[in-house]
Amino acid sequence: MAKVHVTTLINGEPTEFLCEPNDTMLDALRGPLGLTGSKEGCASGDCGACSITLDDRLVCSCLMLAVESEGHEIRTIEGMAQGDRLHPLQQKFLEMAALQCGICTSGMLVASDALLKKNPDPTEEEVRFWLAGNLCRCTGYDKIVRAVMETAAEMRAQ
Amino acid sequence: MTELRYLAPDTLDEAIGAFAAAGSAARILAGGTDLLVQMRSGVLKPGVIVDIKKIPEMTAIEETADGGFRIGAAVSGMALAEHKTFGKVWPGVLEAINLIGSKQVQGRASAGGNLCNGSPAGDSVPAMVAAGAVVTVQGPNGRREMKVEDVPAGPGRTNLKPGEILVSFSLPPRPPGSSNAYLRMIPRTEMDIAVVGCGVSLTMNDGIVTAARVGLGAVAPTVLLVEDAAKALIGSKLDDAALARAASACSAACRPIDDKRGTIAYRTKVAGVLLKRTAAIAAKRAQGN
Repeated sequence: MAKVHVTTLINGEPTEFLCEPNDTMLDALRGPLGLTGSKEGCASGDCGACSITLDDRLVCSCLMLAVESEGHEIRTIEGMAQGDRLHPLQQKFLEMAALQCGICTSGMLVASDALLKKNPDPTEEEVRFWLAGNLCRCTGYDKIVRAVMETAAEMRAQ
Repeated sequence: MTELRYLAPDTLDEAIGAFAAAGSAARILAGGTDLLVQMRSGVLKPGVIVDIKKIPEMTAIEETADGGFRIGAAVSGMALAEHKTFGKVWPGVLEAINLIGSKQVQGRASAGGNLCNGSPAGDSVPAMVAAGAVVTVQGPNGRREMKVEDVPAGPGRTNLKPGEILVSFSLPPRPPGSSNAYLRMIPRTEMDIAVVGCGVSLTMNDGIVTAARVGLGAVAPTVLLVEDAAKALIGSKLDDAALARAASACSAACRPIDDKRGTIAYRTKVAGVLLKRTAAIAAKRAQGN
């Protein structure tokens, strides 16, 4: 059983790891890499709890082989805060209680961050469509959408 | 224990060699949004995965000298959405591809995968059929072109020969007054599989349709090119009578199944309704071109 050696960039850090050819990126993140912020909800690309970015593009890490990260750049929820300073989205999610159990939260944050980088002034409808691939069984989404809208407004004002 | 081998060749020749050598044990990996789900559920246990994304031709979006587009088979929906001009020329193809799954899925999923997956309900396929796209495939015996509507053979099956790989889609140059649209019927607003999908491409001159193509999805074992619907539109001003004839042609072309998403009667009726709505959007877009 030959493991594959992968060299990639994770949250800006050059990283090497070993994986099986059929391991998903999520398996590698949560296993050898110890980055357990990305969650496994459905393992079939429906729930978005494992959202990461691959070369700045939002993807489900459960729908990507770990070996595919060779030579590419991965960003995860662990790269979102700057040391102890939370990203404005993280801070706003806390302030507005835009979470309950928390399983979907890292995916929601990574996906929302990808949206605001692309579109700093989204309409509520655009936020809802963008987050259609992130399922939350607790909040009913309203608080999450409001937190994203409010963060966007504050980030634009700065 | 796994016996899976992962290969990511830099050239098409290497990919074809590896793919053909591995025979039925091999699977092509583009975006992986179908393949990984099938592997995870145990439906598929490939012995070799050939990742085609390191082959430049597979991920390129090229505007050809004649004004057409050539899109690599592994280009993601998001890459097409970010392209400066593609969505202006082919809004119906772009909106179809970007109805597939979530934004996360669109970051990976490709029109090539959507076509080769062989689902009768693949959203990009009716739009590509309406667009008159031609695909280039390459295998151990060389390169050939196929009309996109000739690729699906039935649910989960294609007419690609053993060892052949889909390389790219070629979309023709657009005369003035042309546009296109895609609509699908689903019982919600996002993240669902088409009950019926309809792609329409039109060219208009002084309000009269001079060229039309209609593709229908999820109403037969394969996506359909509905030539009778196009004939009903050509020469008309998209008046009610012409639209009714085209809608009837769409309904007549349906050979759907009853399933949890819709009944035979419902799909057959909706195919006609969607034709009218999709043609109206395509015509409105064509006015500005």
